[in-house]
Amino acid sequence: MTQTLAGFGLGMRRPHHAAYVEGSAPVDFIEVISENFLVDGGRPLDTLMRARANYPLALHGVSLSVGSADGLRADYLDRLKLLVERVEPAVVSDHLCWTRTGGFNAHDLLPLPMTEEALGVVCANIERAQDHLGRRMLFENPSSYIAFAGSMTEWEFLSAMVRRTGCGLLLDINNIFVSATNHGFDALAYLDSIPWHAVDQVHLAGHSQGEALLIDTHDRPVPDSVWSLYCAAVARGGVRPTMIERDGDIPPLDDLLGELAIARTIATTGARVGEAA
Amino acid sequence: MTCTPAAPAADMPLATLQRAFRDWLVEGDEAAAQPLGAASGLAVYQNNYRSALVESLEASYPRLLAWLGSERFAACAATYADAHPPHHWTLDAFGDRLAGMLAELYPDDPEIADLARLDWALGQAFVAADAVPIGPADLAAVDWDSAAIRFVPSFDRLVLRGNADAIWRALVSGEAPPQPRTELPSPVVVVWRQGFETVMRRLDEDERRVFDLARSGLGFAATCETLAQGAGEEAAVALAGRALGRWLGEAMVAAID
Repeated sequence: MTQTLAGFGLGMRRPHHAAYVEGSAPVDFIEVISENFLVDGGRPLDTLMRARANYPLALHGVSLSVGSADGLRADYLDRLKLLVERVEPAVVSDHLCWTRTGGFNAHDLLPLPMTEEALGVVCANIERAQDHLGRRMLFENPSSYIAFAGSMTEWEFLSAMVRRTGCGLLLDINNIFVSATNHGFDALAYLDSIPWHAVDQVHLAGHSQGEALLIDTHDRPVPDSVWSLYCAAVARGGVRPTMIERDGDIPPLDDLLGELAIARTIATTGARVGEAA
Repeated sequence: MTCTPAAPAADMPLATLQRAFRDWLVEGDEAAAQPLGAASGLAVYQNNYRSALVESLEASYPRLLAWLGSERFAACAATYADAHPPHHWTLDAFGDRLAGMLAELYPDDPEIADLARLDWALGQAFVAADAVPIGPADLAAVDWDSAAIRFVPSFDRLVLRGNADAIWRALVSGEAPPQPRTELPSPVVVVWRQGFETVMRRLDEDERRVFDLARSGLGFAATCETLAQGAGEEAAVALAGRALGRWLGEAMVAAID
């Protein structure tokens, strides 16, 4: 049975699989990387099905390549549809980016120019994906390290996507902070302009300082800068299903639950403990 | 705050931009990169791309990595990434041609390509389709005149050049690996999954004769007839029966029909 996403969750990562399979992790939902489970069988799928029995599930993809000028891959859509039918997730998401051109797949979330041409490509691909899966998808704002000249801002692009395709948004607060810092735009203006009615999930994560740019590494705790922006997001859009994304240097589950407790506090009070609301 | 200047790529058609980005990532083509944006940002994408590919190969080939050491493995990975840019939507498929490249690079060290083939085969078996293996109790209704053996979906068979399987086992258990040596006849190793656990072992000479006939599509009766040409009927049936019994006991067989 398809469930709905609510509350506060975590990405299900291998060191903590046992807790999710047992159902002992006190979270409201889990998210997995779709591609890790687009396989024929074996332990990974069994683990997912057992965890799915305990928690509502979000499928988060990285390979749809909704920004590819030459369209989507039918074999990928078919595999994703099989998984969706198998696990009946509450949410299916991917990223506003491209990963593939022709027969080449970069396996990275590559940036798009914010142009009318790109918007047309993205919307056509979203419509095809949503038609194929028979359901609405969410798309996440990526971190970026170059900004092409374009005719609109990222939030204008996302708003147009929502209007034209009916898709939802997965708002990544860390990615807004990283891109705003790297490209010099106002993160609060971004939050002011997002179509909040379409935001069905929120990601929180940490980043690293590279030589010249902030890098979206997901390998450290959520920093104060991102918590502050999350407070601003809650003030503007209210509380959405929120989770911590941690992909590297994965700490004990209790550490991540501690971070999730901060998110809950912010959602309840509008501020971190000890801070003025 | 660090700001990157907007790149002058707005006039470039999206398909052209994406091909230029590919040329930058795969070939480090600076002429292709020039219209795309600031060097600092492009360097991040180049680094992400290369790192993800090396990490993927490290995950797919853990025993090969242990055998070669990280420095030599990284050099192989870089050569491979240049020769075989990722083509599939899953990064897990990226390393599918590494063993072939290693066989060409190291013709005098066949254990290197063989270790890669073992790592890859076990990785494929790990996520192969599930199947319920049959056992001796499922044989009552089998029509042996027409029956053919179907192995479980995770099953694979590799012909090695030498003792890479012994090296592989030693690397797994943390023991000192044996010196690589070639063997004749070439060892045949089978890989499959028992439940969720991947396993491998060599086929002995008798099993191998039965296996080669069974795998060629011959039914069980025809397999026995062929074996009987050398060994006599009674010995052939015993030989085939022993092999089949072992395979059934080891959860290798999905059906006999």
